[in-house]
Amino acid sequence: MKRILEVNIGLVYLFLYVPILAVVVFSFNSGEQISVWEGFTFGWYAKLFEDAALWRACRNSLMVAGVATVIATCIGTTAALAIERYRFRFRTALMRCLYLPIIIPDIVLAIALLIFYVQTPIPVGLVSVIIAHCVFNIAYVTIVVRARLQGYDNTLEEAARDLGANEWQTFWRITFPLIAPGIIGGALLAFTLSIDDFVITFFTAGVGYTTLSVHIYSLLKFGITPKINAISTMLLANSIVFILLFLWFQGGTSTTQKQEV
Amino acid sequence: MRRNYHLFVLLFPVVFWLVCFFLLPLISVFIYSFIERGMYGGVRWDFTLENYGRLFDGLYLGILWRSVSTALVCTAVCLLLGYPFAYYLARYRPKHRNILLLLVVVPFWTNFLIRTYAWILILRTEGLLNSFLGAVFPNWGPLELLNTPLAVQIGLVYGYLPFMILPLYAALEQLDMSLLEAAQDLGASPRRAFWHVTVPLSLPGILAGSMLVFIPTVGAFLTPDLLGGGKVSYIGNVIERQFKTARDWPFGSALSFMLMGIVLIGTVLYFRALQGSESAESS
Repeated sequence: MKRILEVNIGLVYLFLYVPILAVVVFSFNSGEQISVWEGFTFGWYAKLFEDAALWRACRNSLMVAGVATVIATCIGTTAALAIERYRFRFRTALMRCLYLPIIIPDIVLAIALLIFYVQTPIPVGLVSVIIAHCVFNIAYVTIVVRARLQGYDNTLEEAARDLGANEWQTFWRITFPLIAPGIIGGALLAFTLSIDDFVITFFTAGVGYTTLSVHIYSLLKFGITPKINAISTMLLANSIVFILLFLWFQGGTSTTQKQEV
Repeated sequence: MRRNYHLFVLLFPVVFWLVCFFLLPLISVFIYSFIERGMYGGVRWDFTLENYGRLFDGLYLGILWRSVSTALVCTAVCLLLGYPFAYYLARYRPKHRNILLLLVVVPFWTNFLIRTYAWILILRTEGLLNSFLGAVFPNWGPLELLNTPLAVQIGLVYGYLPFMILPLYAALEQLDMSLLEAAQDLGASPRRAFWHVTVPLSLPGILAGSMLVFIPTVGAFLTPDLLGGGKVSYIGNVIERQFKTARDWPFGSALSFMLMGIVLIGTVLYFRALQGSESAESS
């Protein structure tokens, strides 16, 4: 029985990692074919630096993800505070409604926003994509910050108020430092999801505005070249940095909290 | 009074955003699904039920069935691969467990487009799988795997397996081992203890994982588009075509509403089953 479990573990890890490793290995392949090995080269990476369209898409992605992350983090944090610290009418309804954008399929949210934008004067491009990304990012930030708020008791806040701090001081001196790791974690998650999003951007960007994901999609649709392997490897490296940062903030929280207590 | 003021400040942004950029768009889809398609890809503001009528066309029922059955198969395969995996991981030495878990989380954070593209690299006619098999068996004729339903199925399992493993792991890790020991002390065989203790107690994880896999796969657009090559239609692709090439937005809206209906039915069933498992546990 144990053997079967061990074989299963091995197979699942192979299944998860062989495709990713294949992309990384073939990004150093000198051949013109994406999957036939011919020799080692850094050439595809060098080509990336000359690709103006790629850099423009990259800049757009960073712009969208940056602004959407800031907006979603602020809104998500206030939503989490309201839900965790207050009891009010429609609280359950708000929670349901808040998580709905991540429950319904991407494509439905995407076409809903597309139809909506056509009826409104909101300019299609940067602004429409940022608004769309915030819709799902707010939900994720709220989940992460709520988890953090549930993790500590609010006697510290009560103590601060007993000692004469007003609500504003209590928030910035006590609550904020305690939930900061949750907020940073939520922001990192939002940023990653924003950079990775394809479906919602594809429908809400309009013609001519490309982010990195949309750029890669059009490369995949209209002529796959080995350059895609190099772009993919860069993005993979980027994702790994972000996970490590996320885990570092999440993991670091429990130890700092213990020290403070 | 101050409390109300604080609450208002905290709630206003989120309620504003959800109403303006989520509820209003959903209402627009709803309205669009009842109006007529105009000439040149526009719409005519006349009420019609025709868009919903067209859903019952054999063609679209077939596509719907393909999407639902593919999502169900995907959920089942993820569960079969994921359950033993999570079970083993939950019992692994705590020291190395986190690293093993991290290795499951990495794909979750990686660009979905790239993970799907990786399978093009493997499955295409000159791809890695055929080169590998060709090297092992010299007389191997290349398999045409890309642009088939099987490729879509593999891509979906690959894409959503971490979504199954993580909730299963969370459920199995919290499992109280003394209950299993008690079952065995009372004479239950390991097999019996597994089916009567471990599985029922991990049911919330099974349900959550199944939800997280089924919902995105039933409406998947990208995987069928890239690995199916547009040759086999799934509901996500049909919706995309109504908005991008066919320009029949009202019909696309009706399709989206049907897709949302399927997902909401799934969600309701999930919460029913979850309550069922919790009441069974407490009794």
